[in-house]
Amino acid sequence: MPFPRASGIGRKLVLLGLGVALLALLSGCANVPHSTVMPKTDAARKIQDLYVLVFWLAAFVFVGTQGGLLYVLWRYRARPGHELPEQTHGNTTLEIGWTIAPAVILVFMAVPTIQTIFALESAPPPSPDGNPPLVIEVIGKQWWWEFKYPESRLASGQPLTTANELVIPTGRTVYLSISSDNVIHSFWVQQLTGKIDAMPNHETRLWFTAEEPGQYFGQCAEYCGIQHAQMRMNVIAMTPTDYQAWVARSTKPAEAVTDIAKEGQEAFGTNGCAGCHAIEGNPTAVGKTGPDLSHFGSRTTLAAGILQNTPENLAAWIENPQTIKPGNIMQNLHVRPRDVEALVAYLHSLK
Amino acid sequence: MAVTLPRPAPAAPVQAAPEYGALPAYRGIVSWLTTIDHKRIGILYGSTAFIFFLLGGIEALMIRMQLATPNGTFVSPDAYNQLFTMHGTTMIFLFVMPMSVAFFNYIVPLQIGAPDVAFPRLNAFSYWTFLFGGIFINLSYFVDGMPDGGWFGYAPLSSIQYSPSHRLDFWMLGLQILGVASLAGAFNFMVTIINLRAPGMSLMRMPIFTWNTLITSFLLVFAFPAITVALLLLMFDRMFGTNFYYAPNGGDPLLWQHLFWIFGHPEVYILILPAMGMVSEILPVFSRKPLFGYPFVVYATVAIGFIGFGVWSHHMFTTGLGPIANSFFAASTMLIAVPTGVKIFNWMGTMWGGSIRFTTPMLYAIGFVSMFTIGGLSGVMHAVVPIDMHHQDSYFVVAHFHYVLFGGAFFGLMGGLSFWWPKVTGTMLDEKLGKIAFWFTFTGFNLTFGPMHFLGVDGMPRRVYTYGINQGWTGWFGLNWLGWNFVITIGAITIMIGTLIFMYTAFKALRGPKDAPNDPWDAATLEWSLPSPPPVYNFAVAPVVRSRDAYWAWKRRPQAVEAGDTEATLTVAGHTVGHVEFEEEQPSEEYFAQERNAYHINPSSMHMPNPSFFPIIAAFGLTLMGAGMIFGYALTVAGFLYLIVAIGGWALESTG
Amino acid sequence: MSIAHDVHSAPAAAHDGDGHGEHTPSVLDGKWSAPVGHALPTSTGLDNRKLLMWLFLASDCMFFGALIGTFMVYKGRSLVGPTPHEIFDIPYTSVSAFVLLMSSLTMVLALAAIQRNDQVRLRIWLITTALLGMVFIGGQYYEFTVFYHEGLTLGHSLFGSSFFTLTGFHGAHVTIGIFWLLYMTAVSWTGRLNSEQPLFIEIAGLYWHFVDIVWIVIFTVVYLLP
Repeated sequence: MPFPRASGIGRKLVLLGLGVALLALLSGCANVPHSTVMPKTDAARKIQDLYVLVFWLAAFVFVGTQGGLLYVLWRYRARPGHELPEQTHGNTTLEIGWTIAPAVILVFMAVPTIQTIFALESAPPPSPDGNPPLVIEVIGKQWWWEFKYPESRLASGQPLTTANELVIPTGRTVYLSISSDNVIHSFWVQQLTGKIDAMPNHETRLWFTAEEPGQYFGQCAEYCGIQHAQMRMNVIAMTPTDYQAWVARSTKPAEAVTDIAKEGQEAFGTNGCAGCHAIEGNPTAVGKTGPDLSHFGSRTTLAAGILQNTPENLAAWIENPQTIKPGNIMQNLHVRPRDVEALVAYLHSLK
Repeated sequence: MAVTLPRPAPAAPVQAAPEYGALPAYRGIVSWLTTIDHKRIGILYGSTAFIFFLLGGIEALMIRMQLATPNGTFVSPDAYNQLFTMHGTTMIFLFVMPMSVAFFNYIVPLQIGAPDVAFPRLNAFSYWTFLFGGIFINLSYFVDGMPDGGWFGYAPLSSIQYSPSHRLDFWMLGLQILGVASLAGAFNFMVTIINLRAPGMSLMRMPIFTWNTLITSFLLVFAFPAITVALLLLMFDRMFGTNFYYAPNGGDPLLWQHLFWIFGHPEVYILILPAMGMVSEILPVFSRKPLFGYPFVVYATVAIGFIGFGVWSHHMFTTGLGPIANSFFAASTMLIAVPTGVKIFNWMGTMWGGSIRFTTPMLYAIGFVSMFTIGGLSGVMHAVVPIDMHHQDSYFVVAHFHYVLFGGAFFGLMGGLSFWWPKVTGTMLDEKLGKIAFWFTFTGFNLTFGPMHFLGVDGMPRRVYTYGINQGWTGWFGLNWLGWNFVITIGAITIMIGTLIFMYTAFKALRGPKDAPNDPWDAATLEWSLPSPPPVYNFAVAPVVRSRDAYWAWKRRPQAVEAGDTEATLTVAGHTVGHVEFEEEQPSEEYFAQERNAYHINPSSMHMPNPSFFPIIAAFGLTLMGAGMIFGYALTVAGFLYLIVAIGGWALESTG
Repeated sequence: MSIAHDVHSAPAAAHDGDGHGEHTPSVLDGKWSAPVGHALPTSTGLDNRKLLMWLFLASDCMFFGALIGTFMVYKGRSLVGPTPHEIFDIPYTSVSAFVLLMSSLTMVLALAAIQRNDQVRLRIWLITTALLGMVFIGGQYYEFTVFYHEGLTLGHSLFGSSFFTLTGFHGAHVTIGIFWLLYMTAVSWTGRLNSEQPLFIEIAGLYWHFVDIVWIVIFTVVYLLP
């Protein structure tokens, strides 16, 4: 009989299962920046509270059903002398019982579910600091994220525009107005709140209030083409004071100061970068196809969150973006090494 | 105590009988190309589906080789996106569905005591259309590359603007062709089950697998038109410049999602109900007691069929439908867990108090109950919309649907395969090898898909060709390459080993002696009363059915019927173990004698419908029409002419 | 055992002509089972092919439902004109709708004729039905040409896309029906009849009435509702 006995394949499998479980425990302590169970905002906590309830209900049902199954299999295994058991056909009371009991459990789940749905989706709660929500527009692109701040205007009157790194204040409700101008993406920063899709001709919304300063990581969660896997973003939450300072810096143009940076600014034009990228303070850089690179020097990552923003990484990217993110819209422009050096200096000087 | 019906007399060997009417008896490959026999068509479906399963499995293994370690370079991003698209499309449309249909074909007419399906040539047409459609989609490899829009093909990514090559044209047209095959089959099985049941077999006396076939067919009939329209609108957008999903002209990408999921959700029930039917047949046989709560299992399955049309937007919880719509669909999705639970409890009730024999089919059936329950629990978690805002498009969903599709549908299908193997092939599978294959598959399955729950909770999205070293999904003990993804790949390889062992077991059986008895398991339904394999005409005389589990009732109805009683008490060693009731007036002993004598009828006097070329020609014409939309309209016209000729010939052909 | 399309139907008739010998009556011909080699009567009494047509029409309901749903979803959301209000000629379309409705009446008359075994009247009413269908299609062709010249094309706007797709598929259904009716007229003319002809006419009638009912829904939803 193959069913787990004291020896043989069953015991080996049980040990294997225990080993795997142990690994699970060990790995749980590792650094998990995208964890969905480490909430850092009010919205994420509401989801977590619901998850805890549902998890334990499911665990209860799991133990009950799997345990019951194992018991039945052991207790009623065929033994000699018991060939034909009693031929019961059913039991209406049991049927009613095990229809109603799960329905009751589900009601226990459904009520808080619907409450949380409305709490998360109908209207943002009042902001703790008394301000109206900070509205930020999020536009999914192939394969990066654009962020616009209607509340913070540049000298030209355009909204402050950045890419891939979303800076927000703590203690104030952030209201993200999300859409796309191409295919469907999904905005997901796990520790801040759940995800929502970014679609053309639709506006979707998320809101949350960050409680503590820090960096939070996210990733696009709707298949959007060849580089869907490398479309990440990070959110930097700052204290309100720091945030105001950041806004003040970011709404002013950054200019090239050193010689090599100026050389880079010129290379930015001659190599065609200005046709796709906008930089506030660089009059020729007005392209809208690619990410806005004003104040690129202050960003912590590049290429939609997949690389640290170091000179080496930036140089590698400029030399051939296709080796790092094959299929992405930025082609290999065959930039000369001297220009690469200058461009790196220029871009990193834009703080 | 069992009464077994005698086998047909060997006096007139079946093979030599001119079974095919006035036309010459076709031999060899032509006999397969023109067959309209449901049993042969079932074998064709099953073999073809299994080959596609291996293809889909190779695609899965390549995915796992790429994802075993971070920043993998096993395949390019483009290749990976094609792989996951084709893995899903192949497994759903070219494996699980046709494998289920293989069993509908072979088993259902036998279970209801019919000589064949209602429309044998339409049946053959369904198979050939499926085969050509499957080949057509895979031909894309040689043109522009395989489809890479995901199995669900969301707009606008699937539009001509963002997918300019022919990849998605192959996907779109291939699915349309496969849809015709599925619809034709569904019509056929519904008419067969509704109209061709043996005398005395009321709906509530039908075997439960037949019930599941009926409800699955109902789901097919009502769900497929939705994807047909979705694909037609996509085709018009891609080829004729319409604006259905074209956002700049006002098109709404959500229209695709609604139409797709109105099909897509019933589709997942189409995938699971046949396997549930098989499990519902296997558990009673190897517990030696009837299915617990048969009427409730039937009502629950019907309820699942109906409610299944009311939950589709739970695939769209993150599209901003609004709190009211989200709440409605959350509630309906939770509701569908109730009849599902009823079925699970009834399966357990079947085993409770039984005498359980752990054969290979039984292991798969028990595995189904256990693994499907897990998948159902994770599914109910998704129904909680705020939680789904994390789960959607993460590995948690991948874990969920593989538990219900692999741990559920695949285990059920393997259970059915090992259960009905003797009936179909006349050979017995080696039990020991079968069990080894099961344990490798079961272990590998849990090693592969269990950890995906953890990855989902850790925030790993799906459909990603790689991941970084600092994202929390790898890096155990300081090793960059070690993490759950690596374990999962090991699990996938373990599944492969289990599959190879099963294939070896099957080959070994097929090369062995054809000595399977007609009823190796002491089973309950009519197909087991026939020889293994059954004669081409199935039943010499339509069996008369007097109760549910008709063959058990037949075997266990002792002298009571001879005495003219309407019920009998079953006793074993002096203990009463049950009752068998006959609800209709009983024929006489003389009738039973005639029935037994019926098996001595010379098979050459049996008249089977003629085989026909027109189903395969029609299927080919239809496929050419699809191909012409890519390669040139001349082909479409040619295909249309083929189709017309085939339909004409079909209509005018005498079936003898 | 022959099941469907058995040209020599009648369940209990003796089998002949294929060299297997006459069927000898036996106790097996009792009410409990079918005689060897013959079709079983159906469990419901409904003919298999009629049931098939009903099931097909059920799926076709879903098909048109999805197309009509698409039209309704996009109503009023076109970014460019012309709008339905500007372009529709309701009186004209009402006449063609009436024509199609009358074709259902003539179809019923055709069925009544074959049930009386009146082949002449059958052909008259079948041809009339087909002709009325052709008038309907012709009317649509003219209507669509007018729309085209007024700037409404398949790719022009959401309205153009959804309108022409929906009515186009309906028109295709009508066209298939017309060919079917003419085919049955030809069968009647050649005199190569079989006892199942009333059943076949009835099945064609089911299809034709369905196509007509779908048009009533389309006419209401597309043309009449604001």
